[in-house]
Amino acid sequence: MTTLPSKTAVAVRNTAPNRSGVQVRNSLLTILTYLLAFLFFFPILWFVLASFKTEAQAFAIPPVFSFSPILDNFRVALERYAPALGNSLIAALGSTLFAFVLGLPAAFALAVYPTKRSRGVLTWMLSTKFMPAVGVIVPLYLLFKNLQLLDTLPGLIIMYTTMNLPLVVWMMHSYMTEIPYAIYEAAKVDGATVGQEFFGIALPLSLPGISATALLAIIFAWNESFFALNLTTSDAAPLSVFIGSFKTGEGLFWAQMSAAAVLTVFPVIVFGWVAQRQLVRGLSFGAVK
Amino acid sequence: MTAQAQSQSQTMTASGPPSRSGFRVTPSALILPALLYLIATTQVPFFMTVYYSFFQWNLTIPTPVHPFVGFGNYIGLLTDAQNFRVILNTLVLTGGTLFITLVLGGLLAMLLNRPFMGRTLLRTLLISSFLVMPVVTAVVWKNMLLNPVFGFFSWLILQFGGTPVDWLAAHPMGSIIAMVSWEWTPFAMLILLTGLQSLPDDQIEAARLDGANPWQEFRHIVLPHWTQALEVVILLETINVLQVYGEIYASTSGGPGVATTNLPYYIYQRALAEGNIGVGSAAGVIAVILTNVLAIFMLRLINKNAATGGHA
Repeated sequence: MTTLPSKTAVAVRNTAPNRSGVQVRNSLLTILTYLLAFLFFFPILWFVLASFKTEAQAFAIPPVFSFSPILDNFRVALERYAPALGNSLIAALGSTLFAFVLGLPAAFALAVYPTKRSRGVLTWMLSTKFMPAVGVIVPLYLLFKNLQLLDTLPGLIIMYTTMNLPLVVWMMHSYMTEIPYAIYEAAKVDGATVGQEFFGIALPLSLPGISATALLAIIFAWNESFFALNLTTSDAAPLSVFIGSFKTGEGLFWAQMSAAAVLTVFPVIVFGWVAQRQLVRGLSFGAVK
Repeated sequence: MTAQAQSQSQTMTASGPPSRSGFRVTPSALILPALLYLIATTQVPFFMTVYYSFFQWNLTIPTPVHPFVGFGNYIGLLTDAQNFRVILNTLVLTGGTLFITLVLGGLLAMLLNRPFMGRTLLRTLLISSFLVMPVVTAVVWKNMLLNPVFGFFSWLILQFGGTPVDWLAAHPMGSIIAMVSWEWTPFAMLILLTGLQSLPDDQIEAARLDGANPWQEFRHIVLPHWTQALEVVILLETINVLQVYGEIYASTSGGPGVATTNLPYYIYQRALAEGNIGVGSAAGVIAVILTNVLAIFMLRLINKNAATGGHA
């Protein structure tokens, strides 16, 4: 009865669907999907292939499609790449750790002890993501210069923590509200303190959420380029600055550049593939699950 | 005991538990560090940016005092015709990327929402370009794909009997939009695919039984259901693409001329490369206003369309 009226809008009576026609259409759509996926993946495939070529092969026209792969590029790239890799690792892991140290207690309090202002606090934290980095970079640059934080890892970690803190609070708040409140109730009856609730219940029960959120935070910090390019030059330069140095003058070292690119991109792509299911939730700040 | 607890959990999951009087102080103390940290690293610097924007201050010209110029920096920025190009570039890059990623991402989402062999593998391959570091995207595209002599695209065009194009010189903004769209299409695809998957099959079945053609099915069933996912994609992409920097830095450096200079790159040039703190800060404030105005405008637009779309 109630479902009937909604159907009237699109009522164009049609002949019975042609079975083989539908099958042909489906196979064509599948082929189209494969084709598009290949096109989208091609740029990645192309530099992965180039990383196993000699410089001459990487540069050759017509392009070389069959070759005996070599590992020399990776050996050369790794030598120059090691310091930047170290900086990226410290910046990404350090900022993720700090974001969790600050964000987990906040998420816990907002999820388990909500007040009238909790929604407002959460929304405000998210709104800091609406602040473009260029809106804060000038005073930060001057401040960092005075505090001698320019081109240092602590300086980079400070900004990456800012970048990831709203994500951590939102995601962990979303995971912690999913823990049945009855569990906290039971603990309270047993006389648990806030600390015991946090370490004994909230933390262990939201571990899957913590790992998914951490993967995302690491990906964002690893790939960040604005603060990296503007706040570091050499000593603390992470991978984005190192790869950026390939933009000029080194046009003839495509194989080496590709090897560095593969090493840079590989861990993040693997993380992304692993965290695929959580990716949507994290990217949309929990709005789409 | 457990039965009672369970029934409580059902009634309380949405609104949360009532706060106990004894714990009122502690939980807010747990929020405070995160709150203060964000205030110190986002609000304070932003107000400093606003403050700096009213002064004539250049790091390369050492003066004991920086003269107050009121809105002078803003007037200078907004009356220079070249700067309109910068704002226009920012809008074209964002709008162009948004359009391409929504169309391609939507198409891919619908294609992936059908059962076929290798679906998971294809989805995995398709999200990869979103995970590539923007600077890597820029150097790989610039050198290995777009190079007029040795680039793969040039070779491809030659195979089809065309004339190779120096993409970054002839179509600089188009090239940047292509790169940024390549990165952001998977984002749109993932969110829209998740939105599609929550669409009940029986709704589509019912429409098909009524003889709806694919367009009607899309227009009246899929699109209304997609509103929230579209909202997320449009809002987050707008905010993020307005801030594109690494791709431009590592490919065109804003050129040729100012053809690919967007607001973030302009601010980098003025404030950090030239040391013009006053003008760079004013441009930073303009960027913040533009971002928020656009984000609110987009949200309004979507909500309005969602409201009218339901009755159409």
